[in-house]
Amino acid sequence: MSSTVLFAGNPNAGKTTLFNLVTGSRAKVGNYPGVTVEKRSGEVTLVGGRKITAVDLPGTYSLTARSAEERIAVDAVLADGDEAPLGLVCIADATTLRRGLYLVTQLLDAGRPAVVALTMMDEADKQGLTIDAKELERAIGCPVVRVVATRGEGKAELEARLAAVLDEASAPPRKIELPSLLEADVAAVLATLPPAKADDVADLRRRARAIWALLSLGEDELEGVSPSLRAAVTERRRAAHAAGRDLDLEIVSWRYARVDAILDRALRVPERTKRSLTDRIDDKLMHPVLGLVVFAVVMAMVFQALFSWSEPFVSVIEGGVAWAKAATLANLPPGAFTDLIANGVIAGVGNVVVFVPQIALLFIFITVLEDSGYLARVAFVIDRVMGGVGLHGRAFVPMLSGFACAIPAVMATRTIESRRDRLLTMMVVPLTSCSARLPVYVLITATVFDSSRHVFGLMSIGAVVLLAMYTLSIVAAVVAAAVLRRTVLRGPRPTLVLELPPYRMPRVSNVLRATGARVRRFLTDAGTVILALTIVLWGLLTYPKDASISTHYDDLRATAAQTLDGEAKDAQLHELDDAQASAELRHSFGGRLGVAMEPALRPLGFDWRTGIGILGAFAAREVFISTLGVVYGVGEADESSTSLRDALREAKTEDGRAVMTPLSGVCLMVFFVLACQCMSTIAVIRRESGTWRWPAFLFAYMSVLAYGVTFAVHQIGAFMGFS
Amino acid sequence: MSAQATHTLNELPVGGRGRVLRVGCARASALRLLEMGLVPGTVVELVRRAPLGDPIELRVRGYSLSIRGAEARGIEIEAPEPSP
Repeated sequence: MSSTVLFAGNPNAGKTTLFNLVTGSRAKVGNYPGVTVEKRSGEVTLVGGRKITAVDLPGTYSLTARSAEERIAVDAVLADGDEAPLGLVCIADATTLRRGLYLVTQLLDAGRPAVVALTMMDEADKQGLTIDAKELERAIGCPVVRVVATRGEGKAELEARLAAVLDEASAPPRKIELPSLLEADVAAVLATLPPAKADDVADLRRRARAIWALLSLGEDELEGVSPSLRAAVTERRRAAHAAGRDLDLEIVSWRYARVDAILDRALRVPERTKRSLTDRIDDKLMHPVLGLVVFAVVMAMVFQALFSWSEPFVSVIEGGVAWAKAATLANLPPGAFTDLIANGVIAGVGNVVVFVPQIALLFIFITVLEDSGYLARVAFVIDRVMGGVGLHGRAFVPMLSGFACAIPAVMATRTIESRRDRLLTMMVVPLTSCSARLPVYVLITATVFDSSRHVFGLMSIGAVVLLAMYTLSIVAAVVAAAVLRRTVLRGPRPTLVLELPPYRMPRVSNVLRATGARVRRFLTDAGTVILALTIVLWGLLTYPKDASISTHYDDLRATAAQTLDGEAKDAQLHELDDAQASAELRHSFGGRLGVAMEPALRPLGFDWRTGIGILGAFAAREVFISTLGVVYGVGEADESSTSLRDALREAKTEDGRAVMTPLSGVCLMVFFVLACQCMSTIAVIRRESGTWRWPAFLFAYMSVLAYGVTFAVHQIGAFMGFS
Repeated sequence: MSAQATHTLNELPVGGRGRVLRVGCARASALRLLEMGLVPGTVVELVRRAPLGDPIELRVRGYSLSIRGAEARGIEIEAPEPSP
């Protein structure tokens, strides 16, 4: 037996707040093995000196499980042997007991020492609910403690009564009394479960497991279920069906009848005289017109925060990284090691830290929206639109965030409960046109189009191009979602079963705690992968070096130093530096790869220089521009640098045609919309999906999509006579 | 307020109430809806429709539950007996 006490309860029941209250700030965050569900645990010393490990189970409405993630709770609760929990704290929202006790009775059927914590007692009092705690204790057979976790009320009593039940030599025996028809089904399933020691509590747990199997098995995705158990369940379900019975209905109705019998004695609900505050707020916020306006304003604010409010923080970080690079280059002796530190390690750390402002801002918003109850309403308002393309209503905030940056957006998919819905959202979020693509659109548009031209006399050509790219990105995401839902992520038709919790005031401490935890997890998990990939990419674009290149340019520099003076000399030296960087880049693995790729890129309208730029863009899309700057020998460049635009316009292929034409420019932008050119996205999806399979699939499908569509655009465009 | 001869939950008017008779959806959906408290005999109220018409918000067992019209069409209801 372990020292574990499980905290189990419905979502929105205040479970995590109570867990935080009991464990203080000592909670550790880890992962359950094999799944990407966070496991939070903390050591607590109870009165009397007993040390326990409190574990916060994922919030759930029932122990029924069809997937590995849903199974975490039931496996923890019904565990035997070394993994067996010492006891349970069952958390039930006092205002929703007629539903919440369903889970509580499932938990108590495990036969472990348990305490029921009634949370939200202040709200229950305000609603005029009368809960007879003594009667409730008697009816369910374990202590009931009233708590208001947000004010710390009931903590001492909860700990004292938990200590008392854990100290009792034997828990008062409970029974699971079933109607006789169900009893026969359970008996048949019990025969296939491993025998237990001959004690009442172990026997109780076997019965709980048999009931669980009857509800959960069939159409499930569970692994490691014994074939004999599966066969027994299938047979009983088949026989029941043939007899015109519905086992799911019988079992759930039986349990709810238990709940109702308990509450008929222990709970008195006053006749509702006036509408609750939440109802009155929702009359406005869910109003057909006003509701949509509020929705648009809130979502616009989230987007604005990601897009603009993060900007000053990002600038500070980028400035800091540039300063650290310069300081390293200035203070360490020149050479490969200094280059590695400055352009590999420091750049890599910068690539990680630069995401922190957006992640922190998004999670502050998400936690505030979630804790206030509005996040569930966001799904409620927009589900019709999202459901139309096979996405969950909760996928809206991640998709919207994707237009700022895919990294926080992928992390935001955690608010979606079902793994399949979550994966689907992760697989299409990178198609939304993130802000890092914007500089590329700007540079290319300014290079290949005449900015003074207007379309239909109204919109500038730049605006038309931007509109086209964002439309393409939305269409691609919607089509990809529809296709993936029918192929790779096929499954039962997704349903929406969403609780709309009452509006509550979010607590600053919880918002900061949740946001801090997200940022820390990003830095330690995805961050290390991003750092490693940055260093690998730096190596690819730096090595091998060719001594003859530097000797050649050293000679030219020496000549220039002797023959020229003043400004002319400086200009010439600068030009030689840029030319040398360009030659060295072309000589590197990455440069050669770009050259080798040219035959594959030509049908898309790209040459080898663009190919090298695309490779460099893998670090982050905006790096495309600085890489092009080096390739074209114009040195440091950004999207508004005229020297790079001029170099691009003048560039010719070997057969003398222009590299950058309106057609090849459009192709390049289309490619940037669709290609998965962001190793940070890959790293964060690896972290959030728990396997390399999904980021590999993402990269493969987006690459094929980008190549195919760009190929089609270029070929059709050329056929129609565009150049 | 009470619903007359409505047959499925989706046909309830806003503010209308009904008693669940049967949850006739695919097994996975039906089981979830049952476990969320929509067992036969339970009284539900259709509180409102989402601004875009779907999904709907139900009041059941003292809390607010949102489901799509597609599921609501599979839930058969009868008019609740007038309270004594």
